[in-house]
Amino acid sequence: MSVTATTTSEERFAQATQLQLTWWRFCRHRLALISLGVVAFFYLIVIFADFLAIADPHATDARRSFIPPQGISLFDDGAWRPHVSGLKGVRDPKTFKLAYAPDPTRKVPVQMFVHGYAYNLFGLIPTDLHLFGTEKGQAIDGIFLMGTDQLGRDLFSRLVVATRISLSIGLAGVAFSLMLGILLGGISGLYGGVVDTVIQRLIEVVRSIPTIPLWMGLAAALPNTWSVTQVYFAITLIISLVSWTELARVVRGRFLALREEDFVIAAELAGASQLRIILRHMLPSFASHVIAAVSLALPVMIVSETSLSFLGLGLRPPAISWGILLQDAQNVQVLAGAPWLLCAAIPVIIVILAFNFLGDGLRDAADPYG
Amino acid sequence: MVDAQRHVLSVRDLVVDFVQDTGTTRALDGVSLDLHAGRVLGVVGESGCGKSLTARAILRLVDRPGRIVSGQVLLDPGAPRQQELTALDPKGEAVRAVRGGRIGLIFQEPMSALSMHYTIGNQIIEAIRAHGGLGKAAARDRAIALLNEVGIPRPETRIDAYPFQLSGGLRQRVGIALALAADPEILIADEPTTALDVTTQAQILALLRRLQRTKAMALMLITHDMGVIAQMADDVAVMYLGKVVEFAPVQQLFAAPRHPYTRALLRSVPNIRAVPRERLATIGGAVPHPESRPTGCAFHPRCPEVIAGRCAIEMPPSLLPDQEGASCFHAAVGA
Amino acid sequence: MTVLTVDRLSKSFPIKSGLLQRETGRVRAVQDVSFSIAHGETLALVGESGCGKTTVARCILRALPPTSGAIHFSPQPGTTIDLAPLSRKSLRPLRRHIQMIFQDPYASLNPRMMVGDIIAEPLLVAGVPATQRLARVRELLELVGLPPAARTRFPHAFSGGQRQRIGIARALALDPTLVVADEPVSALDVSVQAQIINLLLELQDRLGLSMLFVAHDLGVVRHVSDRVAVMYVGRIVEVAPTTSLYGRPRHPYTEALLAAVPKADPTLRDGAVVPRGEVADPANPPPGCAFHPRCPHAVDRCRVELPALREVAPGNFSACHRAEELRLAGVV
Repeated sequence: MSVTATTTSEERFAQATQLQLTWWRFCRHRLALISLGVVAFFYLIVIFADFLAIADPHATDARRSFIPPQGISLFDDGAWRPHVSGLKGVRDPKTFKLAYAPDPTRKVPVQMFVHGYAYNLFGLIPTDLHLFGTEKGQAIDGIFLMGTDQLGRDLFSRLVVATRISLSIGLAGVAFSLMLGILLGGISGLYGGVVDTVIQRLIEVVRSIPTIPLWMGLAAALPNTWSVTQVYFAITLIISLVSWTELARVVRGRFLALREEDFVIAAELAGASQLRIILRHMLPSFASHVIAAVSLALPVMIVSETSLSFLGLGLRPPAISWGILLQDAQNVQVLAGAPWLLCAAIPVIIVILAFNFLGDGLRDAADPYG
Repeated sequence: MVDAQRHVLSVRDLVVDFVQDTGTTRALDGVSLDLHAGRVLGVVGESGCGKSLTARAILRLVDRPGRIVSGQVLLDPGAPRQQELTALDPKGEAVRAVRGGRIGLIFQEPMSALSMHYTIGNQIIEAIRAHGGLGKAAARDRAIALLNEVGIPRPETRIDAYPFQLSGGLRQRVGIALALAADPEILIADEPTTALDVTTQAQILALLRRLQRTKAMALMLITHDMGVIAQMADDVAVMYLGKVVEFAPVQQLFAAPRHPYTRALLRSVPNIRAVPRERLATIGGAVPHPESRPTGCAFHPRCPEVIAGRCAIEMPPSLLPDQEGASCFHAAVGA
Repeated sequence: MTVLTVDRLSKSFPIKSGLLQRETGRVRAVQDVSFSIAHGETLALVGESGCGKTTVARCILRALPPTSGAIHFSPQPGTTIDLAPLSRKSLRPLRRHIQMIFQDPYASLNPRMMVGDIIAEPLLVAGVPATQRLARVRELLELVGLPPAARTRFPHAFSGGQRQRIGIARALALDPTLVVADEPVSALDVSVQAQIINLLLELQDRLGLSMLFVAHDLGVVRHVSDRVAVMYVGRIVEVAPTTSLYGRPRHPYTEALLAAVPKADPTLRDGAVVPRGEVADPANPPPGCAFHPRCPHAVDRCRVELPALREVAPGNFSACHRAEELRLAGVV
């Protein structure tokens, strides 16, 4: 019989750390696991945004405004030759509106690893290599997977680059509010008494301020002369100033609960110092909770940035973020003519859902009884 | 003597599985029991033996991932109005009429049966009206009478109290009143005194005993405490890992236990008459998790009387309901 | 030789209410509790929930600061220190001499530490070098009946009884003078409970431990203790050697407790006297003797005058006005 097999699997279980156990529980959560993949995929896009972009997201060209999305044909006459069909501009004889129709006479081949606009890979290595694209030719001979906007900018490329800003602003914002949250929540939970009361009242005051007017006020205070980078950091700061409260509550709650835990009392009775109790016994116990809280805070950040920018209060062009892309889709008339501009909403929905499922899965895995 | 009384409920070969990603766990493995009007059946065992699960399965309260795989629970077995509870929809009207209607239920923690947001009167009146056709005023009078019956002082004022305003002992009395609201013939009490202090426990046990006798109810009393069993039960079913391993009238069980597990369990109970510093008899090891149920007789790895080459392989014969004896190769010969 | 003398220990908790958390009253959880524990002796502290037995234990361990009273502790023969006024910092070097065994075998072990590290934690904090720690952990595991392989496993791999053994090993790591066991077996199954009781008895014989055993189960207490102190609503009502307390209680509350225990003997049915009434609320105790509303022997004096704990027979202390005249029933 498989006596040895059972004992080794038992031994594996017996020697598994809490982190491994959490991971095993997490793996049973299929939706969360898929979401983890989705989130990882989006962050890969963040890292390789420029490499994936086809055209310069800032390059405008009036000759190719509002081109509808195109598909890539993989075969030509039965042979493997990926291409997009060329386009020709046609003016509507009545409205004089420019429309595009495929030009069957021209086929634009799609090539891998082409040289396009110049950028710095990881912000360091100057290069002009892109995953795919077309040889330089006519202005309208490009690949427009999601079409173009009014100024003739390729929406796909813009979306890819916007992902970088929208998702990184979430990370930076969460990192900042995590610092605030752990610091204030930790102090609150550790010392209790008056300090705790003051911090708790502060949290309540911050939470009671309606966020949109607060953002509007703060964003309006940003000087017009600030560069894109400065505005970016200012927005991050504004968002995290509001969202640290939730994390502070989680941290404080765990601290208070842990302080009463028998194993923490046992450590104190063993003569361990306050610092050792916190670092060795308490912190590892709530790391997983904090990770879960972070993964639930991230989508809030992302939505905050998106809605701020959508309202014109956040980042401003020429910066590109999901909110800014959606800003173009504000106009109903534009939308009627170019519905593909709404594409920018798809990644927002996917990422927010994925983060929420991931956060739920992590929370269940970290605290199966809670 | 057992046969003389009327069967009110029969459990036959009840099997409950818990199906999870990691595998299927057999939590109840062919449990058969009978409840008789006017008698107290004590069900005793350690954690994981399935005693509470048996009660929940009878009432169709087994939640997912738990599932009744086979077996029957019959209400009024043999009578023309016999009802097979296991065949009913667990969320249906018919089951709810039985639960809290013909079968009253008392929990370990009375707060789990009571809502914090309603007065105890509201809740008892609702239970009375759900199962009988009484009007509001009549139901209130009946609720006051019930509270009086379970020994709550000043019931006419206490009826408007909220559960959190009562002590643990009074809450359990309210829990009992709630269980009695529809005048049930069967009472299932799942560790009704485990959360209570010893003096309160004595009061609640005395109350249960009195009510059971005066109303000639069938009482299924689930507990881990051999003392409670000795004081309360007429018949005792000893459970171990999802099986009834011994069944006997209470005097018989304590005087001459047949199953090695029962013997060991009785010897390991701390005795209030012990000589100071007297060591207790112990059972080696711990109750295994149902996930890793031993083969053959589930008790064999801990059994001092294990028969080499037999107990680990062969399953001892299961007990028939109401049949005195033990599910053990040693006992089967004598019984 | 006494290891611990608790002298008129009191602990009250403020009742706070309102937005500003102003103190509106106090719960006197423990009042004027005095007792002592001799070297190698087990004193059991029994009573129902809310009687203050756990608060007494936590005060002795200084997990709670006492409101008043003294806790004289002798870590070695000849030295006696009052723990009550000490600060957190000055307590730290004394911690190793008083250790605790917890009730909940699940909550008391850090799930993120290996068993070896849990047991070694007091040693590490005390500055024992690594090689000696390892040897000591092995020794302790053997002492409490666990395999050496347990060292590299995590608590989740162990059953309740085994976890309690780990907790005991941790408590014994630094050879404490006094062990405070707070309901150490009440969370365990009967069959496992017996193992742990036997282990505690055996360890005490081998190591000469002094023990304060907090429990509510009178059966368990009879097996492990040399003397028993019975608490009711924050006060000790009776202290006596175990056999004497069970055989001839000298306080009506002790009599009621003994009568209420369900005896594992079906021939002793129906004779049991059921105690009446409910445990008094410690925030609002009755005047006089707190037990008088429930006491079948109460007289007028009991309703007004608080009885003092006094020696009514050699070694037997009772806080009942009528202790000398009453003949109370015990269990034989």
